[in-house]
Amino acid sequence: MSKVETIVANFKAIASNPKKAIADAQAKTGKPAVGVLPVYTPEEIIYAAGALPVGCWGKATKTISKARTYLPAFACSIMQSIMEMELEGVYDDLKAVVVSSPCDTLKCMGQKWKGKCPVIQFVHPQNRGLASANTFLVEEYKLVRQRLEEALGVKITDEAINEAIEVYNENRQATRKFLEVAASYPQIITPVVRHAIMKSRFFMDKKDHTAAIKELTAELEAMPVEAWNGKKVILTGITAEPDEFLEILEEFGLAVVADDLAQESRQVRVDVPDGDEDPLMRLAKQWQNMYGCSLATDRDKKRIPMLVEMVEKYGADALIYCQMKFCDPEEFDYPLLYTQLENKDIRNLMIEIDQQANSLEQIRTRVQSFAEMM
Amino acid sequence: MSEVEGMTAKQKLVYYQDKMYKDALEGKAKGELVCWSSSIAPCEFCETMGIHMIYPENHAAAVGAKHGALAMIEIAERRGYSLDICSYARINLAYMDLLVEEAKTGVTPKELEECPGPRIPLPDVIITCNNICNTLLKWYENLAVELNIPYIIIDVPYVHHWPIPEYTKEYIADQFEYAIKQLEDLCGKPFDRQKFIEVQEQCQRSVDAWDRAMGKACIVPSPLNGFDMFNFMALIVCARAKYAAEDTFNTLADELQAKADRGEDAFKGGEKFRIAWEGIACWPYLSHTYKSLKSLGCNMVGSTYPGAWSIHYTVGNMKEMGAAYCKMYSNTELAHKVDVITDVLTSTSSTGITYHLNRSCKLMSFLNVETAEIVKERTGVPYVSFDGDQTDPRNFSPAQFDTRVEALAEIMEENKNK
Repeated sequence: MSKVETIVANFKAIASNPKKAIADAQAKTGKPAVGVLPVYTPEEIIYAAGALPVGCWGKATKTISKARTYLPAFACSIMQSIMEMELEGVYDDLKAVVVSSPCDTLKCMGQKWKGKCPVIQFVHPQNRGLASANTFLVEEYKLVRQRLEEALGVKITDEAINEAIEVYNENRQATRKFLEVAASYPQIITPVVRHAIMKSRFFMDKKDHTAAIKELTAELEAMPVEAWNGKKVILTGITAEPDEFLEILEEFGLAVVADDLAQESRQVRVDVPDGDEDPLMRLAKQWQNMYGCSLATDRDKKRIPMLVEMVEKYGADALIYCQMKFCDPEEFDYPLLYTQLENKDIRNLMIEIDQQANSLEQIRTRVQSFAEMM
Repeated sequence: MSEVEGMTAKQKLVYYQDKMYKDALEGKAKGELVCWSSSIAPCEFCETMGIHMIYPENHAAAVGAKHGALAMIEIAERRGYSLDICSYARINLAYMDLLVEEAKTGVTPKELEECPGPRIPLPDVIITCNNICNTLLKWYENLAVELNIPYIIIDVPYVHHWPIPEYTKEYIADQFEYAIKQLEDLCGKPFDRQKFIEVQEQCQRSVDAWDRAMGKACIVPSPLNGFDMFNFMALIVCARAKYAAEDTFNTLADELQAKADRGEDAFKGGEKFRIAWEGIACWPYLSHTYKSLKSLGCNMVGSTYPGAWSIHYTVGNMKEMGAAYCKMYSNTELAHKVDVITDVLTSTSSTGITYHLNRSCKLMSFLNVETAEIVKERTGVPYVSFDGDQTDPRNFSPAQFDTRVEALAEIMEENKNK
């Protein structure tokens, strides 16, 4: 097995078995685990508490049974599986779970947590251009810090948060660099591999993820770039799971050269700004600087020109809109984006992402005819 | 005010509503500014600037009640809007598209001509407040981008731990100042602080009159039929900053008190049960839901609607005003939501409650199970839940509604006999 293959296999193992990955990370670091629900949470505060932040983004669950009692069928599919797992006790080993409130569903999810660990809810400001929005968010982050201290029985210092910011900024930069390089190696970094590398961020100590991703990037850069005979696509949306969907892209020769997925690139899009001020203010400013996301109110909806530019920059043949089932923030962006893409003759396809999907045959047919059209 | 002299509250409601739509259309034609606003956004700022106000939720409800929703919804769906999106938003975004087409071509599209709701002009500015939901942020973002007009956001962050923190009030108060600046830039004139005080005073008088009228539902038996409350609500939404609301609600309160004094009630002696309705009305089925409940002798006297527009603050105090707009029960933690609904049940002596599981409104649906259980545990008041939608007629089943409320009436009857 080549070095690249070994690193990739490790990422895939982590992404496909989060439970083991978390246990391994805990055994290695001795850290307790704290759950983080989608979409954006200042994980740095958790990391500074000496804990391991763990992403809770649901999983492919064909049947939802227990959650039906508490969540109507029109809640998004990701929250359906999270609720199901809450009720199955999957999260009961966590010391706490942090829930942001950027959409109406998450506001409710933070109030109806059925797991055993404490839930820490907070809210981002949505009038993001204002200085007062940052001041507000600092106060929310103070609450997160205080409740984490209570849950974990530790003191979280400013110094530790500053250090955590360094660790996370380095990870975000390394991940972005990897994604840039990976776009030239679609034969190796297939859609499934690419996703595994991004997903494994949620189950690893970020220092370890950074080291592995830097190593992989260096290995890739040393390899010759080969011509790609297939087509190139960009994914946008909340997630592009399960792997079976990404395998369909592979099957029809579609390489993912860039993404705007909440679970993937949006997580590393914006660094926490440098500066000597309060680290919580630095974290607040990261939210203010965030862009191109359906959950961060933007009077100009710059996500649309951003995606158009991405298509041009990466020479993509098409854009695939991965519509999380019942996610209305994403559903609102789609018609406006669609109009723009059509006006600019950019090929595009909307696929409904459903963690409870029983069959992906319909998606296979649609991807196949889409790929044939290109 | 001579035009309204001698009018009943219902006549005033119709008169003032028509006048507001007419004034906005005529104003727009003369080059005056029009603002589209969410239903519980602060109206005080635009009113001070003399801007005409239009309320898309109110308009969509009117379109729905007049059975014009489906035509609009189909246009939105053709445009790419998912049928899972709030039906108010779909109706409004479709209506906007039709108005834009008309403005561009000079030809009124057939669907616009045939739309049974009142005609409204396109906006020059929009304002939204997410005290009802974050869906509004996305809906208005789309309006702002499509129309390329200023977008005033009053972000009242979700209160995950009641009470409202001071820092939240400060953030909202600062946004008020920013909204003022946006309006000054748009209107090209300074914001008149003295007029603002007068507008705030009017809002407070309107809200007092609203409270007074809605409070009559607490009288047993009630002179107010709750479905009338759904209708009168239009004015507290659209005219809170105008004398029209104060005038109409005071007239209504006087009429209801006189009725009660005469020993009359809304059901002509037929009020058998008093119930609460949690959630938005099913506008396309207003008549069906009303008749179904009436046939069982159920008067819907309890609702969270009256409290939603009971927006009190000390005039001149921006932080208090911010808190007043933030406190909407759906914008607050579960425990506070439960307190609000419990209070509705006890103050109106309701002995049953229906929960509307509204396909259009995730925020007003996803905590229903927990809310209903805790409220029942606390008050002993039985509940039923039904599936519906505020304006998409495809998501409501009259038969299911009837069965559920019949079951509720049976339980209430049993409880009565205990």
